[in-house]
Order: sequence, then structure tokens, then C-alpha cells
Amino acid sequence: MNPPPDFQPACPAPLSGGRVTLAHGGGGRLMHSLVREVFASAFHSSADHDGAVAQVKAGRIATTTDGYVVRPMFFPGGDIGSLAVHGTLNDLAMCGARPLCLSAAFIIEEGTEIEVLRRIARSMAAAAQSGGAAITTGDTKVVERDSGDGVYITTSGVGLCEHDLDIHPRSIREGDLLLLSGDIGRHGIAVMGARENLAFESSLESDSQCLWPAVHSLLEAGIEVHCLRDLTRGGLATALAEFALTAGVEIELEEEAVPVLPAVRAACEFLGLDPLYVANEGRFVAVVPPRQAQAALIALRRTPEAAHAVVAGTVRAHRPGQVSLRTRMGTLRNLPMLSGEQLPRIC
Amino acid sequence: MKYLDEYRDPRAVRACAAAIRSAVRGRWTIMEVCGGQTHAIVKHGLDELLPPQITLIHGPGCPVCVTDAAILDKAHQIAARPEVIFCTFGDMLRVPGTRTDLFQVKAAGADVRVVYSPLEAVEIAALSPGREVVFFAVGFETTAPANAMSVHQARQRGLTNFSLLVSHVLVPPAIDAILRAPGSRVQAFLAAGHVCAIMGTREYEPLASRYKVPIVVTGFEPLDIMQGVLMCVRQLESGRHEVENQYARAVRSEGNRQAQDLISRVFSVQPRHWRGMGSIEASGFGLSDQFRAFDALERFGPLETPGRESGECISGLIMQGLKKPADCPAFGLRCTPETPLGATMVSNEGACSAYYRYRT
Repeated sequence: MNPPPDFQPACPAPLSGGRVTLAHGGGGRLMHSLVREVFASAFHSSADHDGAVAQVKAGRIATTTDGYVVRPMFFPGGDIGSLAVHGTLNDLAMCGARPLCLSAAFIIEEGTEIEVLRRIARSMAAAAQSGGAAITTGDTKVVERDSGDGVYITTSGVGLCEHDLDIHPRSIREGDLLLLSGDIGRHGIAVMGARENLAFESSLESDSQCLWPAVHSLLEAGIEVHCLRDLTRGGLATALAEFALTAGVEIELEEEAVPVLPAVRAACEFLGLDPLYVANEGRFVAVVPPRQAQAALIALRRTPEAAHAVVAGTVRAHRPGQVSLRTRMGTLRNLPMLSGEQLPRIC
Repeated sequence: MKYLDEYRDPRAVRACAAAIRSAVRGRWTIMEVCGGQTHAIVKHGLDELLPPQITLIHGPGCPVCVTDAAILDKAHQIAARPEVIFCTFGDMLRVPGTRTDLFQVKAAGADVRVVYSPLEAVEIAALSPGREVVFFAVGFETTAPANAMSVHQARQRGLTNFSLLVSHVLVPPAIDAILRAPGSRVQAFLAAGHVCAIMGTREYEPLASRYKVPIVVTGFEPLDIMQGVLMCVRQLESGRHEVENQYARAVRSEGNRQAQDLISRVFSVQPRHWRGMGSIEASGFGLSDQFRAFDALERFGPLETPGRESGECISGLIMQGLKKPADCPAFGLRCTPETPLGATMVSNEGACSAYYRYRT
């Protein structure tokens, strides 16, 4: 009896197209071909071993992990793959760490098109490259139809701290200035615009990008960075509220200084949202000593990732734990943390 | 953005504040009726720009807030039925009834969907012939035309699986109730611009003359509100009590006739129970006899609806301008936007919620 036509022990079951079946998660040949052909080949990594070893200099490392469930999986300016890589690269960058390697775990719903996985894998590889990092190890699981929603991804990352700074909310001092790396709210609005049940169209693209080059530029310029935070769910307001709470300081934000694109502003008006709370994936705030604020601004603006950075606020002492907003009207009000979710599954 | 930027111009707002300061002589208490205006006042800190002689008090104009707990209880029971797709605007999800809210009902397995228009719910009904689609029709006169259009379309399309759970409220009877209440302090009103864009301004004239109060139809941007206050102050200082229109870019005195015609075909005026204020005669819309077949209460009733409220909540007094949020011992402690005790904390536009967000 002849073996079945796909019987090739060294290179099993070519995945020319089709959809993921439960068999792809079974640990057998189909799973191996999925891992090798779709993921390992895009990431230029090996699927020969369960982990990866990397050589590093002695020093401090940063580690982080994040899960991604964004819907729809493809949106203007990115997809769940680029988002999953940028998000983790950015969490490392916010520790002031040079991204080194990433792992990626995929939970895939039965019936997902293999071509969709290929697109996601290619997009992840390109995103990792933008941060100078490699995806060195991973995992796939397949769940029954209706037990998931396409693809969920979890990425973890390791980065190297090549400085002696303590980049952490505890380093924030009264008088520090708050730098914002660019306009806010684009990711949230781009994802909302891509959802089929919103009769709402825009040409906006997500701001999803790797922030390490901008952070690297700050560190290279010798800025004594006190704290960094990328703006994700909950937007700028929530990031500042977290700073104020953990550092025990008051932060005063200048509404006038915060850049918002007209299209984002228009969409927010239309949907009843406040851009200060809308999600971002490629923006961050840097807290720096006032004497270095100008140099920090110049260093940020040298990079395409933060070309439109601004000074947006000041750290004060007298209302610890609170964020105040100096409104355009010149009045001062509280800027609270978001209560509940403004829009689910944005990242 | 045109019609927004010029009404958010800080210089124009400050110039208007200066005009108010030079016009004011006496001490005046002005109520903004609409929750959207309350939100704008607190968000932009407009009350800080006003001279101390002027007190703004925040009226009952948030339809989410004033929706009766008994109606919410009914909504939660209807939504929990397996055959029902319950469609609602997003801001109703968090509003608690006696025992639960729509978030919880959804988490327990109910098919609750957020829509941006009642016509979306009609589409869902057309695509889901085996299911019952219910739209939670909450709002002031502003949202009544679109809600009326939804049942009108459902009937035209022969959709028998669509119904409305109606809890519409009307502004003029609420103003009347506030002015009639013993100890009422309100001397002038900023009326809600969007409501008047539909209904016009004429139904406010008997109120202005009977109670001798200026009523200024006002928009929602910072400059709109400051101009509305200025027009009230000028009337108060000169002893006039007229209906004036600050929001002329959207409001005509006769309103939107087509919308009114549709409303009067689909809805009829009925008594309504307001959360925090109690029952007010002829203060709501319900479906007219002609459209009763589309009434979710007829379709799914009778329902058990305790409609119990916290005894501690003073939202009724707040909505009548007799108390400020900070006067409540529960404010910010036992009562927060996550765990609201009553009407004025349940929605973003409620006075207590606005104070909690922007003032604490």
C-alpha cells in the first residue's frame, strides 16, 4: 500500500491554504507544519527546541508580558500581530530597556484561515525588526469554533537596561516636566472606525509603532529620565492618574498643549468620547527634570516616532494622587481615572 | 470644526464672563435643565468664571438618570429572556435597577447589544426572524423622533418581532414641577437646546409668564452656556420674563414640524414616574393606541418590578436645586459612579457624577 501523498517525514503536510482545524493543535504533524511554515519561517527562528538561549552582557534585564484580543484583527495602520509586538516592545522601552527577544503564544480558533495567520506572522516579524528584536520562541493552541474569536496572542519580552537610571514612578519629583510624544487618540478611533456596526468612516490610521527609537534617543542624549509610560487603554488621562497615585504627586496637564488631530476630535464629538481617554498604541509620556526638558524635547523630535513631542504638564506636590487639567478656559478641574471600559477589546 | 471651535474660543468665553460681571446687580439662581449642559459647565469649569452673585443649579435633564428603577427592573427581566435581543444605547448598561444592571444581565448570558440608533435595532429584527428584538427607548423629546421612526418602519416592513420599551420624558412638565415645588429657588432657566430643536420654543411661553421666570433656550458649548447665562441675567436685572433663544443656529420657534407629526402619530402623552422626583402628570411619551402592538410591556408583561430605591439618596432635592451633591453624606463614599445609590450618580450627565468626576 502506498503512503498517503503528503507523507514526508522531514517536511510534513504543506499548508498551501485552507483553515485551521482542531488537528493543527493536536501536537502532531499538522501542528508542526503550522509552526514551521507559518510562524518559524516568518520569524526566522528555529522550531527545533522548546526555548531559546541568547547571549547578553552582565547587567539588568527588563521583562514584560501582555495579551492581545483586538477586534477586528486587521484595522487601518496595523493588525493584532503588529500590535502584540509593538505593545511588548513598548513595555520594555518604558523600562528604558533595549528590546532583545520576544516569545509569542497563539490561541487560534478552529476555522481561522491559514492565510490570516501568515499575514499576522509577517506583520509580527516586521514589527519586531522595527525594534531591533527577534521573536525567538512561541506556542500555538487551537480551540473549538466559537470558543475563541479568530486569534488571541500573548507576547512576552526581555530587554537590556544599558544605563543606571531608576525609570519608575517612584523617581518622579515635584517640579518635573511631562513630555508627550505626539497627538493622541488615533488607535482607538481607527479601531472603532473599522468595526462593522459603526456607521462611521475615516482615513485615520492607528498610531501603533515601536517606541524604543524615541526612548533610545532620550537616553543617548544623557537625559536623566525619571519615568516613562506608554499610553494604551484608558488613554493619557489614565496613564497620568496611575503616575499620580503611585508616585504620590499631583500632575497638572495643560489641555491646550495636548495635540489631537482634527479627525480624531471630530470622531470623538460624534461618538461622545473624550480624546484624553481614547486608546493609543504608539505614544508615551516622559517625566524629566525641568533643567533637561528642552534637551529632552530636542532628542525626542529627532526621531520620527516622536517628531511632534510637546511639553504637556508639570508635577506638583500639593494634591498627592490627583491629576488636574488646566482647561482651555483657564479653569482647573479634576481629571479622574476612567470608570469602567470606554470601549472593549481595543488592544 | 465649524460650529464648535467658535463656541469653545476661550477669549470669547472670557469676554462673555466679563459682560455677565458688568450686567449683574442682584443675586440670582439659574437652573440649567439639561445634563449635557451640566456636564459642559463642570468639565470646562464655567461656574468658576461666573461672579459670586450667580448660582447655577443642575436640573433633572439627564434621561438616563431619571429613568424609573421599576422600568429598569422590567428592562432587566425582558433582556434576560432567551428569545430576546435587547438593544440599547451604551449609557444604559451601567444604570442599576433594584437588583442588577444590564452589564450583569449580559454577563449572565443575555443577548444585550449596544446600538447607536434605534433604526439599527430594526435592522437586527429584520435579520433575526426567530428572535424578539426590543429597543430601550429612553430620552427626552430629542430622541423621540428616531424612536418613533423605528416603530413606524417596523410596521411598514411588517416586522412583528420588534418592540420598544418606552421611558420617554418631557421637559416642560418637569420645569413646571420644579417651579411648583415648595421652597423652589430657581429664578431663571437655561432650556435644553436640542429638545427645542424638535419641539420648538412655544410650549415654554406659558411657563415663563405664569411663574414669571426668564427661560433662555441654550446650546451646549462653553460660549453657548455663558451667553445663555448673560441673557438670563439681563432679563432678571430688567424685570423681564420672556422665552429667548440663544441657540438660534439649531432652534426655530416652531421646531421641527415633520418630527412633531411623527411623534404625535406614534406616541401619546402619559403620566411618568421620574427617578428622584416622583410621578409627574403628563410628563412622558408612551406608545399610542395605534402602535400598542409594538409595546414591549404589552408583549412581555406582566413583570415583577419592585423598583426600590436607596433611602439615603437625596437626588430629588439635588434635581430641584435644593441641595448640592456635596451636601449628601453618601457622596463619594457609599455613592460613586461604580456603586450609584440614585438618579444623579448613575449617568455621566448626572450632577453628582459630574461633580465626582471633575471636583473630587
